[in-house]
Amino acid sequence: MNDVILSRIAEALTWTGRYVERADATGRILDAYLHRLLEDPWRDEDVACRSLYAILGVDAGSERVDMQQVLDQLAFDARSTCSIEGALGAARLNARSAREAVSSEMWECLNSTWHALADQRLAARRTGPYAYLELVRRRAALFFGLADSTMSRDDSWRFVVLGRSLERVDMTVRLLSVRVLDAAHAPDWPTLLSASGADEAYARVYGGFGDTPRVAEFLLLDRDFPRSALHALTTAEECLAALGRPRQDPARRPIGRMRTRLEYLDLAALEEQLPLLLRDLQQACTASAEAVAERFFPYQGPVEWAQEGA
Amino acid sequence: MADIFDAYALADAWDEMFERPGEVRTAYEPVLAALQPIEPGELRFRADQMARAFTDRGVTYAFAGEERPWPLDLVPRILDALEWDLVQRGVSQRVRALEAYLSDAYGPGRAFEDGVVPWRLLLNSPHFHRAAHGIEPPGGVRIHVAGIDLVRDEAGDFRVLEDNVRVPSGVSYVIENRRAMTRIFPSLFAEQHVVPVDGYAQRLLAALRAAAPDGVGDPRVVVLTPGPSNAAYFEHALLARLMGVQLVEGHDLACRNNRVWMRTTRGEMPVHVVYRRLDDDFLDPLHFRPDSVIGCPGILSAAQAGTVTLANAVGNGIADDKLLYTYVPDLIRYYLGEEPVLPNVESYRPDEPGQLEAVLDQIDQLVIKPVDGAGGQGIVIGPKADRDTLERTRAAVAADPRGWIAQRPVALSTSPTLAGDRMAPRHIDLRPFAVNDGTDVWVLPGGLTRVALQEGNLIVNSSQGGGSKDTWVLAEGPAELPRVLDFARTEETSIAEDADGGGTAWDVVPRQLGPDGARGVVQEGAQQQ
Repeated sequence: MNDVILSRIAEALTWTGRYVERADATGRILDAYLHRLLEDPWRDEDVACRSLYAILGVDAGSERVDMQQVLDQLAFDARSTCSIEGALGAARLNARSAREAVSSEMWECLNSTWHALADQRLAARRTGPYAYLELVRRRAALFFGLADSTMSRDDSWRFVVLGRSLERVDMTVRLLSVRVLDAAHAPDWPTLLSASGADEAYARVYGGFGDTPRVAEFLLLDRDFPRSALHALTTAEECLAALGRPRQDPARRPIGRMRTRLEYLDLAALEEQLPLLLRDLQQACTASAEAVAERFFPYQGPVEWAQEGA
Repeated sequence: MADIFDAYALADAWDEMFERPGEVRTAYEPVLAALQPIEPGELRFRADQMARAFTDRGVTYAFAGEERPWPLDLVPRILDALEWDLVQRGVSQRVRALEAYLSDAYGPGRAFEDGVVPWRLLLNSPHFHRAAHGIEPPGGVRIHVAGIDLVRDEAGDFRVLEDNVRVPSGVSYVIENRRAMTRIFPSLFAEQHVVPVDGYAQRLLAALRAAAPDGVGDPRVVVLTPGPSNAAYFEHALLARLMGVQLVEGHDLACRNNRVWMRTTRGEMPVHVVYRRLDDDFLDPLHFRPDSVIGCPGILSAAQAGTVTLANAVGNGIADDKLLYTYVPDLIRYYLGEEPVLPNVESYRPDEPGQLEAVLDQIDQLVIKPVDGAGGQGIVIGPKADRDTLERTRAAVAADPRGWIAQRPVALSTSPTLAGDRMAPRHIDLRPFAVNDGTDVWVLPGGLTRVALQEGNLIVNSSQGGGSKDTWVLAEGPAELPRVLDFARTEETSIAEDADGGGTAWDVVPRQLGPDGARGVVQEGAQQQ
């Protein structure tokens, strides 16, 4: 019974994990940026917002952008899966189409979150988006916590975790890319750390503050921090190995190669290699995600019921 | 239409917000403009939201035996750049003078030889520890952290009320108040150039590392707390977390061969700097109170041997004794050759010939303070005290002149504070925090503004049921204000001038998209056969 899993279900599970992670990471990034923007009286709102758009892969256009616009587009826009609301909506629908593979509690968590967003969105218009962003973070944590405690460690669970891990690497790489490619407009290191929820973990490891390029090293290479690129790659690779993919598999090879490259990286050369490294990481994740789709859910086309007599 | 500032009657004191009734001070104009239109119910809603957030985060304080959310009033206290410049120069000057005094008192004793301060002041002080004599701290720093309490008198001048150079607390509330305010009033915040306060932990860690014994390459810093039952435990944990260092209790440490070790799962690790948040008396049962179970036996010997630095140093209590307070302006002139930037409150010393009588005669017009009191305990406010209290105090002062000082009552300045659903004037003070790293005394922009929540009450300590306000130091920033983050705005944004083509150097990499979940959904009304 549990030894096979429908392609459609595998796809829905992978994207459920991906979208919830995307909502969570987007929420953290917006929160960190907004906080910096408010606390620093000398910051230029337009520049900060542009770097947000760049991180989240949305074209900002050439007009001035402000935080309200950013929130409308990257948090409240239900039609775009790049925004929090859109990602959570898509996660909910994906989970609904895989109802028998996720636990009831996971589904209810996503469903109740989806219904709670509207109220929080209205409140955000009045008093600012913090409560909204906090709700998103908590529910994402609840969702993955429930996956952790109510799903058997079978293939269904592996697809959820695989999706989450690939999205995680992608998000971390995006954050660092903005910093590397355009340092003048980039967020400062402490903002990067809090945007990845890593500020306290970093302080414990380095006994200090994110004011150095060591932040890049931490977010890419730390073995113990769950959001570091290396940690997430390792997890993704473990999932693929357990899904029975051999090392030469096109889904597993790109991330396996990236993982070993990160593990044996010469730290002295990290800074100069960074731009190239980030680009290769992004490509490896894309290649792997495509190969996963190719291998596990190659069937295209929507499944629809025709209306009788239509 | 009535608003929350209606019926705001100025008390007999300097009001921080209003110059005269209805006439607002410049720095407060945006705040008033933002708050005035808000309905009382909406303000309550925000205040409740804040209290809930504080409770959730564990930002609480113990009052009458229960845990209450930290009381933060919604109206900030604002200092413009000029006022702040004065405050921070005055605070830093005071810390430098007190450092010089400590180094002198535990060393050559020049000030006593030269008659600036009488010897008896040192020798009678319960905080004078011979154990501290001869410990030469790294960088000459004994006051790593100071909290200097200021008040504003009737003329609007800042005066120093007392110095705290032992274990000053409250800085976590500065950090948390700011966090809460930016979340409750984002738009109000964005209009103003408020200097951030989030650099504190970084400064503190740098100062603590700089204080490590000579020759230690990578010093290990720990925060030593009395434990979770302590009223300031939240602060100890917050600072440890922000600095990324261990929060230890006494029994986590061990002393052997005059070295301090920390007991870990990987064996014992050496400790070089202990930021201790407990008083001298409890620090080391071998030296001080033998019944203390929260200290670490032998830690003082290790400090004397120079293998570990205690921050703040042991024996600092001789410098924030309230009797010494009356000499600090002289110390500033004597050690630094400068005039005091911030004056004291006029004070009497009952233990000086002739002054005791003066104090006893007009005891009903003075504020009488025990030299050793903390948290507003034991203070008698003459004009407000009944006959019995005055008589008891008179007898106590006469019996132990060294144990008391007397001061002219200062009507503390007032600030609008939400009381019920209206604003009312409440007395406030200010505790700026200074960090000394040995080369520079840095003052955290702002500090803790405490509020006496009872009308007319002049004691502002939270242990006495006081509240607090976020303290905004306005930056001298660029003339052009940044765009307002107005969460209520709905109209389209205007197209700004395109100065440099507006293009950026980023390549926007598109996101990978999966199914949006609409697939595989059975259409409404479809019959499955």
